[in-house]
Amino acid sequence: MDFVNGLWDAISTASTYQNAALFAGLLIFAASGEWVAERSGTINISVEGMLLSAAFTSAVGYTVTESFVVGICCGVLGGMVVAGVQAEMSHRLVADQFVVGLTLNILILGLAGFLDREIDLTTKTAEKVQIPLLHRIPLVGDAIFDQPWPFYLLFVVVPVSWWLVFRTRWGLEVRASGEDPQAADVSGIDVNKRRRQAIYYAGLTSGLGGAFLLFVQVGRFDEGVVSGRGFIAIAAVIFGGWTLRGTVAGCVIFALALGLRLQLPRYYEGVPTELLQAFPFLVTILGMAIFAKRVRPPAALARPFIRGLK
Amino acid sequence: MMRQGEWLGLYVASVAVALGVSAILIRATGGDSLAVFDALIEGSLTGSGRWGLTLGAAAPMLLVALGTIVSARAGLVNIGQEGQLLIGTAFAVYFGFRIGGPGPFNLVVLLVAGSIGGALWAGVAGVLRFRRGVPEVLSTLLLVTVASQVTAYALGREWLLLASNSVGARNNVSEQLAEDNRLPNLNIFGNQIPSSFFLGVVFAVIVAFALARTVWGFQLRMLGRSPQAAQRAGVSQRSFGMRAMLTSGAFAGLAGTVMFAGGGFQFSNYKFVPGFSGNIGWTGLLVALVARERAMPAIAVAIAFGALRTGSSFVGSTGVEARVTDVIEGLLVLALLVPPAVMFIRDRRRARAATTART
Repeated sequence: MDFVNGLWDAISTASTYQNAALFAGLLIFAASGEWVAERSGTINISVEGMLLSAAFTSAVGYTVTESFVVGICCGVLGGMVVAGVQAEMSHRLVADQFVVGLTLNILILGLAGFLDREIDLTTKTAEKVQIPLLHRIPLVGDAIFDQPWPFYLLFVVVPVSWWLVFRTRWGLEVRASGEDPQAADVSGIDVNKRRRQAIYYAGLTSGLGGAFLLFVQVGRFDEGVVSGRGFIAIAAVIFGGWTLRGTVAGCVIFALALGLRLQLPRYYEGVPTELLQAFPFLVTILGMAIFAKRVRPPAALARPFIRGLK
Repeated sequence: MMRQGEWLGLYVASVAVALGVSAILIRATGGDSLAVFDALIEGSLTGSGRWGLTLGAAAPMLLVALGTIVSARAGLVNIGQEGQLLIGTAFAVYFGFRIGGPGPFNLVVLLVAGSIGGALWAGVAGVLRFRRGVPEVLSTLLLVTVASQVTAYALGREWLLLASNSVGARNNVSEQLAEDNRLPNLNIFGNQIPSSFFLGVVFAVIVAFALARTVWGFQLRMLGRSPQAAQRAGVSQRSFGMRAMLTSGAFAGLAGTVMFAGGGFQFSNYKFVPGFSGNIGWTGLLVALVARERAMPAIAVAIAFGALRTGSSFVGSTGVEARVTDVIEGLLVLALLVPPAVMFIRDRRRARAATTART
């Protein structure tokens, strides 16, 4: 009973949602680009590396210039560099996309750990901007409408991703590349080019996500800032059945699990810390186990396209 | 003959690029790159007793790689070996100390329990894949985090793994493995060669033979190449894929047990500790990738990566952060992905040129 009371207290505290909103922001940034990449036919597991790389480069950018705008731009650059390696190696050369992504993740973790010890970084979180009136909504108002300003980029990135994929010729070609690359190729679409561009877009949004992580959520770089959340973002895309709406919903649910994990110990101490740590990942796995069979992935997901080879 | 020359040239060039980039990085952060490479060679090869350690570090990497090769040949992307290794070791530690018994018997218990533990953890991902349609790429990755929390929990509880004399201590560790339960070392030319390395080589030969020369290997490869064709030929994706997944996890669990019970490179002094896996699971996975999913080349690659691992402990003396070996390792792997891809494209171009010339 204590547990239920504690859980209820944690659920009805505004700071749970404050935390969840931060996690959700990171996940949504990463997942909205990942969603585009997956619609084009790539499971881009280097999103984890993109986030870490972006967090690091944005920290470097801020340390040098003390400007958040420059920091965010550097973050985007950091994400795009990783995207470049992933895209060119898996869709220009024909290295396996998982192999490239995994190697990149490990390489960037090593690089971040090495450079973090060699370079002194001084960063902080950006100042908060309150949206009048809306922030007075009970429970979730402060979480969504009283945040450092890079948070509000979310409300740009998500609609832009949707518009790109569903309202432009480019988006149509991206979706065609993910559903039936042979047919797309015959009708004159450069399939691998579209896939590369989709990965670059994932690099861009993950770059924003990495900068967000640094300037909104944690304020200080260390090599463990991402620690598997990039993978949760990928899971959110699968959980959401490769729709943007579902992906965002998945991000919010997984973020609530992450936020609850931080708050619950304040109200109920009986839950082992290890279980709390694993909780978001268990929710993610469970979410996929329930929903993965009900949805249809892009038909050519994770299949490389080489002309003449099916 | 010309093709072999091309292969060699490409490999030499990409390794050179990787090492060059590493050297630039070390210079840029104010270190001495030549001193680092010297330290790496001394720490892994020329230092006294070091190459025995290198082989000891290579053994678990090789075992993980062999498991990866089996699952990859069946077309599965199992990338959660780090977690399977941890759970396998936890099983080995638990049953090893619970069952006890005379030295050699207990050693067998350890190895069997470790394999079963790893297989079970991989099996979770297998069930999710084949019953619930969850891509194994992701479930295996997420299960790594869960595995490290599960083992941390078990290490914090006396009725599971925690040693009774370290209750309340700052670090949770298991009991130390008794001396007669450890894997023996062989003394050759003043180097202690751990028997775990020979175990790895024997398994490499078995895996290479099984994949190339047995019906099971053929069916596995068929499944990896074309699930539809395999289905028609009576190879069920579910049962074969599941078996490949379990084998893969068993190898990872065995690797962890070997780290726990094997001599040579001292992973944690025969104790199970938090963070025990030390990235061996990830590195073993990279070994399999660099060896292009073939068992015999994996032996050589594992030794090379083992050398990086043992060499890194000498790097600290040069004033450069030892983490630099992680960077070198990553760059090497990335560079080694290029030659096969380039050769593939060149072969296709040549084939096309040949066909157009004929018509």
